[in-house]
Amino acid sequence: MAMTTYREAVRAALREALLKDPRVFLMGEDVGKYGGSYAVSKGLLAEFGPERIRDTPLSESTFVGAGIGAALGGMRPIVEIMTVNFSLLALDQIVNNAATIRHMSGGQFSVPLVIRMATGAGRQLAAQHAHSLEGWYAHIPGIRILAPATLEDARGMLPTALTNPDPVLIFEHQTLYNVEGPLADDAGAVDIDHAAVRRPGKDVSLITYGGTLGKTLDAATTLAAEGIDAEVIDLRTLRPLDMPTVIASVKKTHRVVVVDEGWKSGSLSAEIMARIAEEAFYDLDAPMARVCSAEVPIPYPKHLEDAALPQPAAIAAAARQATGSRTS
Amino acid sequence: MSEHVRREHGLRLLHDMLRIRRFEEKCAEMYSAGRIRGFLHLYIGEEAVAVGAMQALTEDDAIVATYREHGHALARGIPADCLMAEMYGKQPGCSRGRGGSMHVFDAGTHFYGGNAIVGGGLPIAVGLALADKMQKRPRVTACFFGDGAVAEGAFHESLNLAALWKLPVLFLCENNLYAMGTRIERAQSQVDIAAKARSYLMPAETVDGMDVLAVDAAAKRAADAVRRGEGPVFLEFRTYRFRAHSMFDAELYRDKSEVESWKARDPITTFTACLRQDGVITDQVLAAIEASVSDEIDLAVQFAEAAGWEPTEDLLKDVYTPWP
Repeated sequence: MAMTTYREAVRAALREALLKDPRVFLMGEDVGKYGGSYAVSKGLLAEFGPERIRDTPLSESTFVGAGIGAALGGMRPIVEIMTVNFSLLALDQIVNNAATIRHMSGGQFSVPLVIRMATGAGRQLAAQHAHSLEGWYAHIPGIRILAPATLEDARGMLPTALTNPDPVLIFEHQTLYNVEGPLADDAGAVDIDHAAVRRPGKDVSLITYGGTLGKTLDAATTLAAEGIDAEVIDLRTLRPLDMPTVIASVKKTHRVVVVDEGWKSGSLSAEIMARIAEEAFYDLDAPMARVCSAEVPIPYPKHLEDAALPQPAAIAAAARQATGSRTS
Repeated sequence: MSEHVRREHGLRLLHDMLRIRRFEEKCAEMYSAGRIRGFLHLYIGEEAVAVGAMQALTEDDAIVATYREHGHALARGIPADCLMAEMYGKQPGCSRGRGGSMHVFDAGTHFYGGNAIVGGGLPIAVGLALADKMQKRPRVTACFFGDGAVAEGAFHESLNLAALWKLPVLFLCENNLYAMGTRIERAQSQVDIAAKARSYLMPAETVDGMDVLAVDAAAKRAADAVRRGEGPVFLEFRTYRFRAHSMFDAELYRDKSEVESWKARDPITTFTACLRQDGVITDQVLAAIEASVSDEIDLAVQFAEAAGWEPTEDLLKDVYTPWP
């Protein structure tokens, strides 16, 4: 058990994949000489050379499309997009090709492509580097969406994603890269099908993923001191959603707060609430609530950015409200 | 090339072009009859490009095509019957009916679609070529697209990356002068498309796309260069679509006289005349070719008519690959 950062955990996963499978290569903007815009791939160029650690031009549409083509051609590409906002330049390739080719070809061609990108706010990068658009991608059939929130998942989701025959998008919240903690020396592949109960509890289900998991666990700690025993669910995989784990929690706590850094309107948080309403409405003892980002492009100054994002105090307040009907 | 081989080759080119022409005429008929639905984009007039270019490819080579790809599919060797079944949306269609006219895929002939996002196929071709280069497979990826794609960002990104990484892509631009209804002069500041390719430091040539022998020769030269590992090569074929953009197009944007002047250069009639002049073809031989093409297409229609539909219970099939 060594101390490691989220960044190092992703890098270890990349290294292992490159060592294990000659078909794997990494491609993206500044992944080589620069070492990755978040320094994730630092050192990999020296170790694996420019054939397998490929710096690309600023051509998101084409290097993502080339990842699709290379996957069709028998490789196992890992494409890094600097940040989710830039992925919009590749939306055509992701939505119109990666997600559809298996189906449009009547099952003849699969696209075993992994795309990694940074998502989320919290580092004062303003409105073109800080959005949480993974919920959009989770709308699309034909792709799988992962949001590693822990060191174990940062280390373990990539190897499993590489065994998946279809396109997998991995969203790494940019505030997580520096998070440090212990990671088992033999940490490796983890499942990418199930949500996880990160904190068991009986009074309220706090459902979240990615960058807001830590904030939600902080809120749960606060709530525990007040006698509210919150269960924290980490969705981990945003498509397909593991509803059985979510519903089991709802049936236990009967109260729900969804925490998502995406906006509320037309969102993943709305989808989760809708599914709970469809599948477990009569198990609810209180209206469901959610804590999301304010409906504003993420602003630059710290006080406004903080105000725009879900924070532990707001999460705890929503949980109190949800449990308020109970007298304990 | 011996006289016999030249004769056989000429007859084959003519046969392949006629086959596409008659297949598509039948498609138009079946569209009017309501048997084919959705969008139907006919290639009629441009047959020399697909047929000529395909002569340069080996069985191992890969093809990426557009939504106007029936000609490429037939010229590549996808059987007419499963192509027609795909037009109908039937289960034995080459994409199990899931794609239709615009999304023909065929693993057996390395035919990677059928892409209906203009310019969307170029990055995929670049990636296929990258995979070949990394795996040291001596394969060419032939990427067809139209003049409309040249205005897309993906065109420029893809040419840049292919040239930068010296990837084995054969870029084949079918310049039929119109991006749907917008003539090239109204959409592009530089209408010399080959010049744009040359600006990315790749060899580029402009070829008469109505002359199947010119296409054939240029494609062979270009494919040979790609195969030698010299990086991508670009060919611009000047061609013309005789029919409307799709079956819904009233053709308000071009004069009938323009269409007629291009029809005078019909690649099939001009090549037939050329073969006749050379004594390669007689009325009898031509009639025999027509008859065999007609029989094949009749059988394709019968096959598509008789074919079954995908069961509705299988609706969600092939969204994901079974895993683990």
